[in-house]
Amino acid sequence: MENILSMLIFFPAAAATVGFLIDKDSMRQYGVVVTVVEFVLSLLLWYYFDTNVAGMQFVQSMPLISEYGINYLVGVDGVSLFLIIMITFMTMIALIGLTEKKDVKNLIITMLYLEMTMVGVFVSLDVILFYIFWELTLIPMFYIIGFWGAEKRFYAAIKFFLYTFTGSLVMLVGMLYFGYVYHETTGIWSFSLFDWNSVILPFDVQLWLFIAFFFGFAVKVPMFPFHTWLPLAHGQAPTIGSIILAAVLLKMETYGFIRFSLPLFPDASVYFVGFMATLGLIAIIYMAMLAYAQEDMKQMIAYSSISHMGVITLGVFALNVEGISGAVYLMIGHGIVSGALFMSVGVLYDRRKTKMIKEFGGLAHNMPMFAFVYAVVLFASVGLPLTIGFIGEFLSLLGFFKYSPFLTFLASLTIVLSVIYMLSMYKRTFFGKLVKQENKDMKDIFGRELFALGSLVVLIIALGIYPKVILDPLNTTVTHLTKVMEIKAVNEDTKEKLRAVNSIGEVK
Amino acid sequence: MLEPINISLESLNLGTLAPMVIAIIGALSILLTDLFNKDKHKSLYVILVALFLIFDLFTLLAYHGDERGVFDLMLLDGIAILSQCIIICGSLLFIFLGLSKLRFQDFRYAEYFALYLFAVAGFQFMVSSDSLILIFVGLETASLALYTMIAMHNKMVSIEAAIKYFTMGALAAAFFVFGSMIFYGITGSLELAQIAQVLTQEGFLSHENYANYILVLVGFVFMFAAIGFKLSLFPYHVWVPDVYQGSTSAMAGFLSVVPKMAGFVVALRFFEIFVQANDPIIQTMLYVTVVLTITIPNLIALQQKDIKRMLAYSSISNAGMAMAAIAIGTQQATTALFLYWILFTITNFGAFGMLWLNRGKEFEDYSSPYAFKKFSGLAKISPFTASILAMFLFALTGLPPFALFWGKMYLVASAVNAGHIALAIIIVINSAIAAYYYLRPVSYMFLRDPEEGTKAKFMQNASLPMKSLVGFAVFLLLISILLIDPLLNIISFYVSNSGY
Repeated sequence: MENILSMLIFFPAAAATVGFLIDKDSMRQYGVVVTVVEFVLSLLLWYYFDTNVAGMQFVQSMPLISEYGINYLVGVDGVSLFLIIMITFMTMIALIGLTEKKDVKNLIITMLYLEMTMVGVFVSLDVILFYIFWELTLIPMFYIIGFWGAEKRFYAAIKFFLYTFTGSLVMLVGMLYFGYVYHETTGIWSFSLFDWNSVILPFDVQLWLFIAFFFGFAVKVPMFPFHTWLPLAHGQAPTIGSIILAAVLLKMETYGFIRFSLPLFPDASVYFVGFMATLGLIAIIYMAMLAYAQEDMKQMIAYSSISHMGVITLGVFALNVEGISGAVYLMIGHGIVSGALFMSVGVLYDRRKTKMIKEFGGLAHNMPMFAFVYAVVLFASVGLPLTIGFIGEFLSLLGFFKYSPFLTFLASLTIVLSVIYMLSMYKRTFFGKLVKQENKDMKDIFGRELFALGSLVVLIIALGIYPKVILDPLNTTVTHLTKVMEIKAVNEDTKEKLRAVNSIGEVK
Repeated sequence: MLEPINISLESLNLGTLAPMVIAIIGALSILLTDLFNKDKHKSLYVILVALFLIFDLFTLLAYHGDERGVFDLMLLDGIAILSQCIIICGSLLFIFLGLSKLRFQDFRYAEYFALYLFAVAGFQFMVSSDSLILIFVGLETASLALYTMIAMHNKMVSIEAAIKYFTMGALAAAFFVFGSMIFYGITGSLELAQIAQVLTQEGFLSHENYANYILVLVGFVFMFAAIGFKLSLFPYHVWVPDVYQGSTSAMAGFLSVVPKMAGFVVALRFFEIFVQANDPIIQTMLYVTVVLTITIPNLIALQQKDIKRMLAYSSISNAGMAMAAIAIGTQQATTALFLYWILFTITNFGAFGMLWLNRGKEFEDYSSPYAFKKFSGLAKISPFTASILAMFLFALTGLPPFALFWGKMYLVASAVNAGHIALAIIIVINSAIAAYYYLRPVSYMFLRDPEEGTKAKFMQNASLPMKSLVGFAVFLLLISILLIDPLLNIISFYVSNSGY
């Protein structure tokens, strides 16, 4: 099982390359088979994963550019494990529920390449390798938005590419600078995260590097004020593009904060808590208001995504076990929920070719099954207890409560606000009288739509009731992370703050 | 009565001349072949050129001995060998673009191929000398050959391009001579090593010797302009787009890579003196030129509607990035320069090669076969062609893991390591700007449907050898991550050998 990570990364890519030979009409089945195999592989990874070990597992290393210390270095820990499973699961579900008719073959090949890059991002432990996969996600996503998208797709695709590319280039400079600092302190070139974790940086260097990494991550989260590309990209992207964008690509950067910013720059992280929390709060409140104002259902969900990403940011920068575990749990939860939401919008769009909320109304009459599924997903999105959304949001906010009760109070508005916009959207779509003839002709979900959405609903409820399967291994890793931060902090001040926020005890 | 001077043949070390002599013999033999046989097919000459270039390369690699030769005119040090290798390999790649399917005027002359070899020989002389006279002779040999080759395409636009290039080149040559004259006047020598020695010994670059300082600056400015013309640095870059547009893609690709390599080596040898002296005025001048050369053409490229002109501006900007390595001046930066240029050669060969494969004959003078519009919907018509062209464009953007990313990364790293964080940021921001215009043809190819009514034909000019060569470039592009380590080893060996 040593090679399982490399298999996870390169199996979809190899399958995609071979996939060029397959006939157009049979391509969807091929895509489903490949993603199911990939999902099973990721479950195997979980099976062999030792939950008592906090460090990296299944580590594999191979020198690529030894002159400059760049290696092929991969591994997983409790944080990345479940994100990987979420990725493979969501890709599988997205392909099962795929209804796109135009050039399906190209779409599926692109999706498989995208899956490679996404898995690659979450398992890379060499910074340059991480950067490679990180940037490579742009090409397939650019193609998906730009080719299968709606009217303004060129603009959306190019804006998406340029925003994220610029941010990550600044991050690259930061990475190279870190490499240089590492070389100065130790005399060898290395971009391995293991090596980087062993050096302790002076405060001002940490500050600058934190800012450089912040640019790369913040544009992709996206944080206010770098968020303008996201609603546009979501609004124009096809259903499958939105699912992947919301479920996976947005999680890459909060993951980046946990993997890089926190352990590498502990002092800077503590220093910037207030700043990050402010950005998170702006995202939560401002974006929720924007979401309420949207007429387009997909845009609304896009804004609500940004709003929830604000909660995740808060959780990460709570800097304690509850907050970070909660943030990771919310990342997984939000991935599943927002994927399900976008898929539901896709169901409506396929039938009516519109996403405008006002076009619908009274759909509960002729689509009872769909109305039920949508309701469960929606409740998970607003964070109703016993759904997956609740656990993550609760833990994130609980973690942040230790830092500032007042800000947490403001942040918990997220639940109220999201209830307002979500329920009003639900009311306008599903309740009331069924007036329009086009709406009367709409059929309820069936077959693979039902299967795809149904399995998401099952997961939403199951993980909402019994989160321990994920939280346990997560806690082991995150506890280790917070300890590392405390040990590595250079200022006494920082250590104290870290100790203070970490004094609630573990979540069982 | 003067004493007769005795010189032994060995002390001349004629081996240093051997590689260039082979290229020249090759050129002469092509001329002779043409003299006795009329109207031979171009493939004969293409293969002859390739053969002599390979021979040239092997002679160069086999050379062992003293690096100086021919009254110290020749200097075959590490960077001379390295850059000659790049020049020869680059020329070798581009000559195969002559094996196109369609018949073009220029390839019907055997003289074209002879001139090609003369140009290569000229560049080889340029890089393997530190005497300003020999550099000048090499430069002029090569440039005159290039002017003629561009004009041989026999269209008005090509002749216009050739004349523009010639006038600009003549001006640059005059600047070069004038600059050399001033340096000779100040230091009494035309050899860069001795010039450097005199400059530092007499303190011409310090405040004590203020009267001569101005002269040095004037000389530097003239030399800078001359080299700037050859490297298409801002503001001496204006000839580039027109010349590229006028010449065939095969020629334009050659122009964007090979002459600049020679130019960079001259620039490296010459600017090295001043970069090391840390003179504030000269440093500022270099720095500003580098920044403007990277930025301005990038901004102009945003407005282009034609892939070839866009690539012309992009290659100016890329030259600026490589020039940044010289301005930084550390050993890592010099290594980065060569790494960058090797990877740029591969990538640009691919990009121009793909354009050349898609060249048709249905175009009038002054109209372009490579407008963005022509390529719309290419992914539907021929997904393979579109993917390959897109891959080269992404590589030029600097997306990992394609070839040029590593060059850019190493360059940015060397800037960061030398403390030039601002320069590093400028370089990466320009990569982001450049991403926009590289994405435009990609979005035409992949995101749009084919133009209604137009029956655009693709790959008209493709022949099997050319396709396989572009395929080889794709292969190199994809496995570039594995090439970097050996390349870095070789480059740093040669660079540290010659002490840069």
